[in-house]
Amino acid sequence: MLNRTTPPYIKDAIEFDLQLKPYEKMVLDNGVEVYAIDAGAQDVLQMEMIFYAGNSFEKNNAVAAATSYMLKNGTSTKTAFELNEHFEYYGAYCNRTCKHETASLTLHTLTKHLSAVLPVVTEMIADSIFPEQELAIYKQNSKQKLSVNLQKCDFVANRLIDAYVFGEDHPYGKYIAAADYDALTTAQLKEHFNQYYLNGHCVIFVAGKLPFNLFDLLNTQFGKLSLKPGALLVTKTIVPAPAKKYRVTNDAEGVQGAIRIARDFPNRHHPDFMKMMVLNTVFGGFFGSRLMSNIREDKGYTYGIHSYVQNHLQDSALLISTEAGKDVAEATVEEVYKEMAILREELIDEEELLLVRNYLIGSILGDLDGPFHIIGRWKNIVLNNLDEQYFYDSVKMIKTIPAEALRELANKYLQPEAFYELVVI
Amino acid sequence: MIQYEKFTLDNGLRVLVHTDTSTPMAVVNVIYDVGAKDENPEKTGFAHLFEHLMFGGSINIPTYDEPLQVAGGENNAFTTNDLTNYYCQLPAENIETAFWLESDRMLSLAFDAKSLDVQRKVVCEEFKEHYINKPYGDVWHKMRELAYSKHPYRWMTIGKELKHVEDATLQDVKDFFYKHYTPANAILVVAGNITTEAVKALAEKWFGPIPSGTKYIRNLPVEPPQTAPRTAEVKANVPIDALYKCWHICSRLDDRYYVTDLITEILSGGGSSRLFQALVKEKQLFSNIECSHSGSTDAGLLSIEGKLVKGVQMKDAEAALMEEIYTLQQKGITEKELQKVKNKTESSLAFEDMSVMSRATNLAMYELLGDAELINTELNKYQAVTTEELLNESKAIFNENNCSTLYYYSNN
Repeated sequence: MLNRTTPPYIKDAIEFDLQLKPYEKMVLDNGVEVYAIDAGAQDVLQMEMIFYAGNSFEKNNAVAAATSYMLKNGTSTKTAFELNEHFEYYGAYCNRTCKHETASLTLHTLTKHLSAVLPVVTEMIADSIFPEQELAIYKQNSKQKLSVNLQKCDFVANRLIDAYVFGEDHPYGKYIAAADYDALTTAQLKEHFNQYYLNGHCVIFVAGKLPFNLFDLLNTQFGKLSLKPGALLVTKTIVPAPAKKYRVTNDAEGVQGAIRIARDFPNRHHPDFMKMMVLNTVFGGFFGSRLMSNIREDKGYTYGIHSYVQNHLQDSALLISTEAGKDVAEATVEEVYKEMAILREELIDEEELLLVRNYLIGSILGDLDGPFHIIGRWKNIVLNNLDEQYFYDSVKMIKTIPAEALRELANKYLQPEAFYELVVI
Repeated sequence: MIQYEKFTLDNGLRVLVHTDTSTPMAVVNVIYDVGAKDENPEKTGFAHLFEHLMFGGSINIPTYDEPLQVAGGENNAFTTNDLTNYYCQLPAENIETAFWLESDRMLSLAFDAKSLDVQRKVVCEEFKEHYINKPYGDVWHKMRELAYSKHPYRWMTIGKELKHVEDATLQDVKDFFYKHYTPANAILVVAGNITTEAVKALAEKWFGPIPSGTKYIRNLPVEPPQTAPRTAEVKANVPIDALYKCWHICSRLDDRYYVTDLITEILSGGGSSRLFQALVKEKQLFSNIECSHSGSTDAGLLSIEGKLVKGVQMKDAEAALMEEIYTLQQKGITEKELQKVKNKTESSLAFEDMSVMSRATNLAMYELLGDAELINTELNKYQAVTTEELLNESKAIFNENNCSTLYYYSNN
């Protein structure tokens, strides 16, 4: 008779030896660095060109995001339609994203079509013309989208909490208003483009089944451009909000409250960052976390509650985020603080800690599966100016950090008075 | 080409194995042939609520998540109108933990009252978060009710109303489990760094002893052909007017499915698609417009939805949209345009196949449709579509008597 009550033998995930596949590095004629991972069975490739052109560098609100978006809206030889059609004809995807320091252009393509689509990427980053008409459409449609988003409590809460922690003039804390879109001009976009793309700092990450002549292809396309290697960062002063607690009514008929509880937190170079990865997992970083177990799985106040450290290059923040029923929103806030207190006062028992260690190692193991995930790890290391030792140190930290150190960390950071607290209904 | 092997246990459980030694991980995917379409119209949302309860402890194991996390695994699940799918990924060396957990909850649940009580609340919050507390959140509830008169696709997976979820009883849970959660009604797919022999042994050991149960025979009402246009109007506290139109299309296994899928790509599959170019860029009547189809097992819907530029009249926006549709029906598409959407499909299938998890889930979905081999033959079916077929199908689908339209007006 099969015994279903005794679990099968398991190898503790912490016994697994995690290896981060090394990259190949190439340097283009202009000095721009290319990091590449050649792996995977499918004939696919991802290339991300990262420019230091994020909103930290813009002179006016919304310029960086608009410039990034408009890269695919016209060059001196191709209309927006023709640019799109070119990529789509080859089944390729070319997306732009704009963050605080960086703005990237990501290409996904079948490897066999790489040489057909690359020249158009070059056109976009070297010869975008920012047509007036396209900017007018962008402004109008962005404002419409914003007006819909502003009805959502989660969208409003995300904007406000960052503004409280970093200040409305800080790149991490500022947000875009309809008037900012109205004020955009093609001249502003061209200036931003000229300084931060045409003559900007760039780094390239490529992964997938790489063609044998990848270096030649990239060097031919990008090696002659006046791009510069290395990072460009500016440091802006954080001006946090004076008051800590906020209640905002965004929609009088809303049935849920978006709760955000956040405090400042150092970046990856601080020794506490790695430790917090483990403590945060226990607190609210996965499905079995304290916050989920208590507030979702025991009380049913929410569909999900999470805590995380924001992925910023310079200063960061520790954030707890959930949408809870309107009538239980305040009770949810209370429970978050109760869980902080338990972590400050009591040691995490060994069974729970082993579970979290195993979970984290298992998820890294799963996350190292496939070229896109591997390059993602490397990108994080390179952009944060770390090296591969950081990866191995964090694995070691997961496997060995003692409960006492986690309690000490909780006493240092999980202090309610340090947190901004916001409920938006 | 995705290789796999297939066998069936004596109790009727179908098992598929896909070996990939390039990964240290393994995926265990269990699909149950039950979805929201199998619900009692008075107790909707139940298949999805039940999915939550599958994590509330099984007959011999108090919780599902913890032992899996101890083994370094992660898991999740989803429910649609057609099916319920559970999947987990863990280091291949610990795969037996997944067999232990999945087989125990197929054997029987703990039927814990507290778990039901909590998950009712959790699902109600999920309902609010996605469908009530969001501008335009009620659109697909209203659209399904307009477009379907008989078929249970009339309601959304989340359920018709909060009350149906709130009223679920433990007896409902038990009845549902014994009716649908049987080996004969399930498919197990194991993928990753593991051999077929090992999977056979583990499947026999853990799933073999589960009684086969009674195979559920589905007998759903058939949706009668629509014979006249249907329209409805909504006024709500949203900032912008929106237009929603949908048309009945074929079922997933029909050969016309591939033609239909390419039609949606032609209309709105990116920045060079017809509706985006004509209506957002050239005429500037919509700030966004999208075309998609439900991809459902039974005959589904093709839908077009767009938000109007402030100040544009609904009738002008609709007329311009229909003009694009008429152009498609009269002039068809060029060979180059067809090649473009075929290339896009080839590419998206290749990207989808990158992850072991996605291959495992797709194998399970195709096997549920009737043939796992579809995972390898679909691309050819897309490649075989002709401009003529596309023209004919666009004439058949975009018939005004086959259309339901929802005008969503801003109160402001």
